Amino acid sequence: MTQATVKIQKVLKERSVRAYLNRVLFVFIIVSLITFFVLPMLWLFTAPFDASPSLHLEMPDWTLNNFREMVENPYALRSIGNSFILAGGTVLIVLIAGAPAAYVLSRARFRGRDTALYILLLFSSIVTGSAAMVPLFFITLQLGLIDSYIGTILVLTGGLLPASIFILKDFTDTIPRSFEESARVFGANSFQMLRDVVAPVIRPGLAVIAVWAFVNVWSNFLLPFILLRSPSKSPAAVVMYSFYTDGGQAIIRVIAAFSIVYTIPVLLAYLFVNRRYGFRFYGGIKG
Amino acid sequence: MRISKSKTAISASLLAGAMVLAGCSSSEESASDEATTDGGGEAVAGETIELEIGANAVRGGKNEQAATWIEDYIIPTCTAELAANGKNVSIVFNGRGIDDEDFKSQLALDVSSGGGPDLMNIDGIWVGEFAEAGYTKPLTEFSADADSWEGWDQIAPAVQANMSYNGDLYGVSSGTDGRVVYFNKTLFEQAGLPTDWQPTSWEEILEAGRALQALPDVTPIQVNAGVAMGEATTMQGYLPLLAGVGTRVYDEGNSTWNGDTQATRDVLGFYSTLFTESLSNPDLQVLQDGRDRSFQEFAEGTIGILIEGDYFWRSVIEPTVGNFPMPDRDATVGYAKIPAQTPGSGLNGQDFVSMSGGGGYVLNPNTEAPQEAWELLACMNSKDATLAFVGDVPRITQRADVNSQILSGDPMLSFVANEVLPITAYRPGFAIYPQVSVAMQDASEDVVNGSSADEAAAGFGAAVTELAGPEAVTNN
Amino acid sequence: MNKETEEKQQLLQAPSPAGVVVSRKSALIWLIPSTIIVLAFLIAPAIWTLILGLTNYRLTGVEAASPQFVGLENFTNALTDPDFLNSIRVTVLFVLGSAVFGQALLGFLIAWTIRDLAPKYRSAIELVVILAWIIPSSVVTFLWIAMLNGPEGTLNTILGIDTEWFLEYPLLSIIVFNIWRGTAFSMLLSSAALASVPPSFLQTARLAGASNWQILRDVVLPSIKGYLITNLLLITLWTFNDFTPFLLTGGGPGGKTETVPVFIYQEALRFLELGYGSAIAAIALAINFVIAMFYLRSSRKNAAS
Repeated sequence: MTQATVKIQKVLKERSVRAYLNRVLFVFIIVSLITFFVLPMLWLFTAPFDASPSLHLEMPDWTLNNFREMVENPYALRSIGNSFILAGGTVLIVLIAGAPAAYVLSRARFRGRDTALYILLLFSSIVTGSAAMVPLFFITLQLGLIDSYIGTILVLTGGLLPASIFILKDFTDTIPRSFEESARVFGANSFQMLRDVVAPVIRPGLAVIAVWAFVNVWSNFLLPFILLRSPSKSPAAVVMYSFYTDGGQAIIRVIAAFSIVYTIPVLLAYLFVNRRYGFRFYGGIKG
Repeated sequence: MRISKSKTAISASLLAGAMVLAGCSSSEESASDEATTDGGGEAVAGETIELEIGANAVRGGKNEQAATWIEDYIIPTCTAELAANGKNVSIVFNGRGIDDEDFKSQLALDVSSGGGPDLMNIDGIWVGEFAEAGYTKPLTEFSADADSWEGWDQIAPAVQANMSYNGDLYGVSSGTDGRVVYFNKTLFEQAGLPTDWQPTSWEEILEAGRALQALPDVTPIQVNAGVAMGEATTMQGYLPLLAGVGTRVYDEGNSTWNGDTQATRDVLGFYSTLFTESLSNPDLQVLQDGRDRSFQEFAEGTIGILIEGDYFWRSVIEPTVGNFPMPDRDATVGYAKIPAQTPGSGLNGQDFVSMSGGGGYVLNPNTEAPQEAWELLACMNSKDATLAFVGDVPRITQRADVNSQILSGDPMLSFVANEVLPITAYRPGFAIYPQVSVAMQDASEDVVNGSSADEAAAGFGAAVTELAGPEAVTNN
Repeated sequence: MNKETEEKQQLLQAPSPAGVVVSRKSALIWLIPSTIIVLAFLIAPAIWTLILGLTNYRLTGVEAASPQFVGLENFTNALTDPDFLNSIRVTVLFVLGSAVFGQALLGFLIAWTIRDLAPKYRSAIELVVILAWIIPSSVVTFLWIAMLNGPEGTLNTILGIDTEWFLEYPLLSIIVFNIWRGTAFSMLLSSAALASVPPSFLQTARLAGASNWQILRDVVLPSIKGYLITNLLLITLWTFNDFTPFLLTGGGPGGKTETVPVFIYQEALRFLELGYGSAIAAIALAINFVIAMFYLRSSRKNAAS
């Protein structure tokens, strides 16, 4: 056996040891990650089915009674429907208003474009905070939109548009103009361009924004609390805080059951969008 | 530069003007019938008048008892009663179950913009700030009949005062309560203490606590402290102690708030003793759910002495419907009056003290039917309506005639109604009271975290001076 | 058909028109819906809020009936308010810990680790991370209270201890919570960024014998710096203004987890001090602005190089 061969064998052995260690590290990382993320969620799968759930993980006393109790609450299921109306409506308007705007801002170059977008982004953080409560209320009131779905949807949209346009614009930036320039050559007018060339390509971007906006509105408590009054219009985020006994104790049975029912729609929305369009940023052009 | 400055000034004033205008003008026709109503119709005989009741209660959720009472009893009964007087009303109730503070914000938003429910259920301590903001007015400004209502004879002056401000009555209290010292008779026996205990001084409470210290795994005393428990700290802890040294939060005679005084130092000194001698558990005062835990621990028999309201007896440890039911409550749990620091050192020279609270309904100045709104309010506080609200689980109501009827079978509530209510005190209805309350909670929390009583009292004095101005605070 | 295709091919070969591909008129029309919404529901209320910061307006009390202009008094009060200064300190720690060193790092680590995994495993892992982000805030609150509650919370049961996490390590608790909650965004963005690195770069580096670590450091990171900067900007802003920790700790104990948005909430919705709360919101805006400018400069520098 020559020295060289010995050396090569040693290096190969080291490489395979290193590869093996790499693999172990890899698996360890994956398992730790999954554990970290899944552990807190376990409660959501045990407590709703537990006859006497409490705020810690325990083997449930299996039952479906909690769901029956939740359904008996006159506002529980209706509030989920309201959440759908608010979230769906907001997504629709964000897409309709935001996509064309993002396209224009991506293609047009004018001074202060970026700064304007940043300022709007910063403003959106004020308007989604508690300090803007009175101005939002009064503006909505003057427009006669208090206690209406559309009023709440419009205000929600206002807060979400800057970030949506920001992300969509970045997305559109990655698409080279050659597509549109060719289409223009073919005599497409602007509307056809938007519909037939741009939209299909940025569809993954639209999907991302749609899910992001949906999730945001689904969780939002502050705005519906300020702008809606009828209990029949209150979304789930608000109604969830009413599941208390006369004495102020949280009714965990109902809260747990409601939690899982409240979570499922938004999960389905994500899965659906992911399957249809892929939930990725900057999917972009291949090759 | 000059031009843009004046432009800013103009737009600022325009916007401020818009704010004021928005406050003054009535709201536009809202999309839905049920929202921010200000009395849908004219108060013309024969036409239907819409009256909205606003309360933080919802069927199937928070304060459900009140919600079902309004929907199932008040609406049909009072509609009929007003109809018998020739008034056609349609009574509406929009239930909701949110945090009390959030509910206050909602009401404030609605009323300030010219809307809001005709009758509003608010806490007694909000009356001052609502009155000062113009969100409610004295009852006599709604109806000349308000003064001569029969119910006033049945409601004790102190209870009436809970819903008044600057000497005027703004609403009718919906019941009241009292605070007592609860103790666990079983633990007392084990520690060699008498089971018919009635402490006559703070020192006696501390002595009992020291005796309980000998028992394993028992927290001797729980007197609420800290910011996490919010108003429960003030009402069940700080203020009964303050009353026990003969001092009020706000001195009407001098028009001053009590700041860094000997009284304050004594109160905080008591807290300090509790924690330096390990008679209390500091963790309970700072945890988010500390109050619930204290209830649970008392129910499980690991807390010996607890100062709480009668609500604790009838709603928390109640054997059948309680949140932490104690099946043997009547045999195991004793209750006694809260002693003053020493006999005779309490308010008005009393040997014993207590605090009471509660809320009630006030009327909305934006209402389009003030007379009918008052009549509805009177109907809701009639003897029959009050009996209907109580139902099967006795509680202390605002009316003496109802109390004498329903409490006779309940020794503890009779005790409160007969022996505690006469010696109780109420909180001042000023707009800044909620913030003064937080200052008290802060001071007690400082002590929990190890500050000395003097340090915490100084901090409290500074905070109150900041809130009310130096001329309105007594610091010595 | 043939003649048409021929014509089209000829046109394609012709030099393409330069400049904006959309007519100015169309561009303006397309901007109208978002402009109206943004003006009415974003710009107007934001400016109104900033102006409120110059008054002593409260939602109840005498300052509700007749608010006064107090100029910069709210701002000077804020800068000497120990609670406000504390909230800034807490927020900085919170943002650094959970956004910069937490979500961004973890998100990238996940994206890097799973980049070559089989699609079904990759989707499964992504799903779990995204689920943490999708579950509604009020539900997540209960999940984490169950997780960290002493003495019988899930974590305590597993580790066999009984620490009151929210009491003894409050800031750490909300940082870990926020990392769990928000990593999904950084992961997705990093994934997309990684996918945008031309495969040829990676192949060349591997052929040259570079180790994984070297590839990461010398090839990948430089190419995706722009994405990472955008990511950091967004999550910094979002975390700075995130209110959710309040649901877990209420800002306590003793203000240890009272971030700026929680402080604003206390002032605006608990004390109903809307004038003061708005002034704080304005200061927060200024801080956000500085952060955004910092990132803008970095990204311009990056684009130029």
